[in-house]
Amino acid sequence: MFKKMTTQPVPDTTGQLKTLLRSLRRYAESDGCWYSISLGPLALILLLLTILPIIWLGWMALHDINWQDGVSHWEYVGLNNVVLFFDNHFYWPGLLNTFIFSISAVSVQMVLGFLMALVVSRSDRKSRLFLTVVFLLPIVLPPIVIGAIWKLMLSYDFGVINDFLGLLGIAPVDWLGNADIALMSVIAVDIWHWTPFVFLLMLAGLESLPQEVYEASSLDVRNAWQEFWYITLPLMQGTILITLLFRMVLSFKVFDEIYLLTGGGPGTATEVVSFSIYRTFFTEDRAGLGAVMSIFTLLVVAALAVFAQLLLKRRKQS
Amino acid sequence: MSHTRSNHGFYRVTQLFVWCYALIILFPFLWIAMAAFKRQIDILTSSFFFTPVLSNFEELIFSKQSSFFHDLLNSGIIAISSTAIVVLISAMASFTLLRMYVPRWLSVGLFAWAMLFHMLPPITFVSAWFTIFSELNLINTYSGMILAHVTINLPMGLWLMSNFLKEVPRDLYEAAAIDGCSNAATFFRIVLPLIRTGMIATAALIFIFSWSDFTIALNLTAKATQTVPVSIATFAQEFEIKYGQMAAGSLLSTLPALLLIVFGQRYIVKGLLSGSVK
Repeated sequence: MFKKMTTQPVPDTTGQLKTLLRSLRRYAESDGCWYSISLGPLALILLLLTILPIIWLGWMALHDINWQDGVSHWEYVGLNNVVLFFDNHFYWPGLLNTFIFSISAVSVQMVLGFLMALVVSRSDRKSRLFLTVVFLLPIVLPPIVIGAIWKLMLSYDFGVINDFLGLLGIAPVDWLGNADIALMSVIAVDIWHWTPFVFLLMLAGLESLPQEVYEASSLDVRNAWQEFWYITLPLMQGTILITLLFRMVLSFKVFDEIYLLTGGGPGTATEVVSFSIYRTFFTEDRAGLGAVMSIFTLLVVAALAVFAQLLLKRRKQS
Repeated sequence: MSHTRSNHGFYRVTQLFVWCYALIILFPFLWIAMAAFKRQIDILTSSFFFTPVLSNFEELIFSKQSSFFHDLLNSGIIAISSTAIVVLISAMASFTLLRMYVPRWLSVGLFAWAMLFHMLPPITFVSAWFTIFSELNLINTYSGMILAHVTINLPMGLWLMSNFLKEVPRDLYEAAAIDGCSNAATFFRIVLPLIRTGMIATAALIFIFSWSDFTIALNLTAKATQTVPVSIATFAQEFEIKYGQMAAGSLLSTLPALLLIVFGQRYIVKGLLSGSVK
């Protein structure tokens, strides 16, 4: 057998190999190959890990899913999960809280961030750089660390905030354990966390405003207030609107800080939609119901995002 | 804006306010950094003056019960690989989408869907990924975590890279194409060097996002691939909260971000601005 193999004509295979390599090379240099290499991974990931999961959630929503020894058992229950969803005691207060949280936190952030940017934009270069670095801190640190920091500072027994109040002769406040003020405390932490982000965007916006307009108008405006109202504010409208919409939609994602600070409690005082989904899915093991919640949340946020987009487009046209 | 006839006193007051806010930002970080060097008893009595000890760090890193060092490694592996993949994929894709002929419905559709996905709360997808990944045995594996992090950060990468690519003049690679450069060669030899700063900015931001992620790691990992944010959270969840170790772990977990701020502050600001305003 060995002998037979050696009698085969040898040079042909190398020739074949060469043509194969040549055609491979030609394909590698062709447009088609580049299209599939450059767009393939993106399209595949978006398709398999973002679109497919939504369909998958829809399928899960129709089932009761139980895990036993790492194997899932699916039982078809029709629209039963949807009925359970409308009766859920966590999701609906959570949705309301999320709206309260987003609207109040973001509006305070916008006002504070804008005002500070106005002030800092007239400071000298050195202090601007220093402030930028300081204000970057809360933005780039892991949100869970922000949660840990405030858990330490807001503690009822030994938190430094209560110590400080004690120095002023004020009785300690149970910031995170009192159902009446827990949501307010969480909103305050979020304001602390994200005002710097608004500040940085606004500062960049202010710095890119055309100086000529200010020079041209310096004879017409009577005071700083008029300049702000008739010139700065209209020029900044675009930046303000984009930042507002951006923060609004992103604040719907809040999860990490709430997980660490209050766990949605006491009761449903600080429950938010992300936490309801997490609880239903991972602690209560009701995947079907969790899937219904996820789909509903996706619809709400998608509607908000599309609405924001339309608003921006209309503004651009006018 | 130096041309305003502003009320000088008012300006001083507002300036003071800004510096107070900077202090309000800094103080909590200093407080937790101090807590990291306190014994539990010093934390519980919230004393300003204390003898600094290293016991929290020792327990965190060298104690047999603590997996913190291992978690740091996991975080590093997952963040670095997912960042590299995101930057490469999004740089190639945005070059093709912006600078080559692609049907309009495809490019608009990809960008629009990526942006919408970025706005959606991650937990909704994590719950779906959990069931899909458990069918595929990807729970608690590096590949599963990297895949999830790549997916969640890809929209931001795509957005940033395409913004940076728009700044590269068209003539440069059109000239390359006329000279007979293949698409791949044009991309790797001509476009990539031109968008280097943009890539660094993107990589810095994506690394920070991946390093900070808690939602995904909490639900898709267990002991073997647990990341730092999850282990910080477990200190806070135990029956007796280990504040000292929580603080020490938090302090260590901020180091990469702090280093990036010190050495790459320009890039991070650039990325943040490009990612949100444009």
